[in-house]
Amino acid sequence: MELSRSYRNLIRTELIVPIVLLIIGTYGGLMQVLFRAGVLHYDPVLRLLIDTLGAVFGVEALRNIDLQSSIMYYWGLTLHGVLNAIVFTTFFAVAFGNAVVPYFLRLPLNTRVGWLSATVMLIGVGFTAFAMLSGQASVLYTFYPPLKAHPTFYLGAALLIVGSWIGAANWIPLYRRWRREHPGEKVPLAVMGMFATFIIWFIATLSVAVEVLVLLLPWSLGWTETVDVPLARALFWFFGHPLVYFWLLPAYVMYYTMLPKVAGGKLFSDAAGRLVFGLFILFSIPVGAHHQFSDPGIGTQWKLLHTALTYAVAIPSLITAFTLAASLEYAGRQRGGRGLFGWMTRLPYFDRQRWLFSYWIAGLFIFIFGGISGIVNASYNLNLAVHNTAWIPGHFHLTVGSPVLLAFLGMSLFLVAQLSGKEVRWKGVVVAMPYLWLIGVLIFSWGMMRGGLLGMPRRTYLGAGALSPDLQGTPLYRADWAPYAEIAMVGGIIMFVAMVLYFVAFFVTLFSRRVHEAALEFPVAEAYHDEPVRALNRLAPWVVAAVVLIVVSYTPVLIDVVRSSFKPAPAYVPEYNVPEKQLQQMTDQETQGVAKQR
Amino acid sequence: MERSERLVMGIGIAVMAVFFALVLLLATGFGVDVPGCITEMKPFEQDTVFQTAEKRYEMHVIARMWSYQMPPVEFPVGSTVDIYLTSGDVVHGFHIDRTNVNLMAVPGTVTYARVRFRTPGEYPIVCHEYCGIGHQQMVGVIRVVQ
Repeated sequence: MELSRSYRNLIRTELIVPIVLLIIGTYGGLMQVLFRAGVLHYDPVLRLLIDTLGAVFGVEALRNIDLQSSIMYYWGLTLHGVLNAIVFTTFFAVAFGNAVVPYFLRLPLNTRVGWLSATVMLIGVGFTAFAMLSGQASVLYTFYPPLKAHPTFYLGAALLIVGSWIGAANWIPLYRRWRREHPGEKVPLAVMGMFATFIIWFIATLSVAVEVLVLLLPWSLGWTETVDVPLARALFWFFGHPLVYFWLLPAYVMYYTMLPKVAGGKLFSDAAGRLVFGLFILFSIPVGAHHQFSDPGIGTQWKLLHTALTYAVAIPSLITAFTLAASLEYAGRQRGGRGLFGWMTRLPYFDRQRWLFSYWIAGLFIFIFGGISGIVNASYNLNLAVHNTAWIPGHFHLTVGSPVLLAFLGMSLFLVAQLSGKEVRWKGVVVAMPYLWLIGVLIFSWGMMRGGLLGMPRRTYLGAGALSPDLQGTPLYRADWAPYAEIAMVGGIIMFVAMVLYFVAFFVTLFSRRVHEAALEFPVAEAYHDEPVRALNRLAPWVVAAVVLIVVSYTPVLIDVVRSSFKPAPAYVPEYNVPEKQLQQMTDQETQGVAKQR
Repeated sequence: MERSERLVMGIGIAVMAVFFALVLLLATGFGVDVPGCITEMKPFEQDTVFQTAEKRYEMHVIARMWSYQMPPVEFPVGSTVDIYLTSGDVVHGFHIDRTNVNLMAVPGTVTYARVRFRTPGEYPIVCHEYCGIGHQQMVGVIRVVQ
């Protein structure tokens, strides 16, 4: 397949821009563990950033901003969440699809539409980044109203989503043409996986688009006075859990269609992969209420229904665990492994020629713990012990923050190097990075989860520990949490070092000399069991069933939410404890008084 | 599909079914349940606490930026307390240490939990939802005495 310059640059742009932003997000992560453990109370880089922005754009207000420790913490936390979990992942998924779909279908992508999609997404990120970096959107990545962000934050998020829709819509003509030209053939598994990813994304983001465009954007612009908070929360979480599978499924595409090849074996079962992607379409959306077990306004019977459906969505991951283990066992035996566990020792963990393997295997190992802790979260009343405690970030750094992150990082480097005609540099560092991350994240998450079981809250500036110059901490801080905040900090520092190594290797590779022609060649795994199962070759039946299930599971939730909501809420900004409207009517002196109360 | 695959799927489904049964047992047999949908009680403007029977109390709490509006309370050990919670401004959390009370305070709605305090001591309350830049100052306490 010929690679046009436009096509190569499209994918490179969609990969490199979010990696650059990820540097800011990663730095934000380091600051959080340091602030939580009380080692730092002041972030000089953020101060410098604000001052520079103020000088460049001539915004005097930015230079005078009073950067208290807590403002810095929640500011950095918003950047960390939005840049890492939304921007990086969405861009990567579109870029990966832009590579995978044309490659496996052997058909060229329409790069005009591709660039339209990328441009809309980039403008969106520009808006959102402006809102966050100028300190007008410290509402964290869940942006729960009635805490209000600058309108550009919501507008940017909406554009990012719409841009990703355009990107995925661009694959549909290729898919239809391929099916026309290959009647009766199985669609390549990787393509089916990418379509499953974006079908889930499309259905889920419809809900958050309604939340943002109908409820939040007009309210943020001052066109509407109040917002229905319970409704906004339900709409957000309709999106919030399928989002998890939007993150995960591109990694699953790699695990199923590429990992076995790189490991030196075959995919154990092609049909299992198809079944898994179908089950994800079916079960990943009607489960959002399991993020709202502690919320008012949703009947317990519906929360229980969402529990059952969440348990159902664990099944495809359990099938995946088996299929991947079987595929790796096959690879290990092909490589001369013997006995019950001997094959495990023969896998190419440190093989520099197969460096991608380390990004996948480290992530998969961590994912065992991520999956188990996720089942705890989904377990209805058991969730009461962990809801909104540090257990939760402990958990999701073992899912999106490890298998997804590592798979995306590895593939970003792989694609950028190939499309630029570069050879990956610093291969020893590149191979070692996932294992260093593994050590870091297991320490970090253990600290967070153990602290969480003692009631240590998530996303809270605790600000104390034995290493703190100010042992008192914030009022919310408790001494029995300190060791766990510190353990999490040690893990967080190791994770940060691993990321720095990755960034260095990435940019050294990017700026190295061109050594070959630009290429796009994925490792493609054959299937060991490749029997066609006709019923699993189509996506439409899964989508229809999913829509039915969504209507059944979400109609009562939405009815309950509306019934329980008595009055909508006015807007608040994070800095003041009076409604924004009241704030605008106050004199400067009165505002100072309110600010001092905090 | 191979026999081993069918077996794995069967085991997976069975394990999740057992977990679900345990969740139901915990909810019905042990009374550990999550908050439901309240439609008959409007969000209140005034916090209060009163006794409804011997060792039975009802308490109304309003979460605000960045403190809990609640009366100073001291319950005798063994008391059962019905807690009603609302928010006066933005979304807050309400997690009583060492108990299963873990609630979200959402403006415009009322939520509810029942708790029995079996041992004396101080029970710190933590706001575990980000509610603005003073979030880390938002604490409360319930004292349980002999």
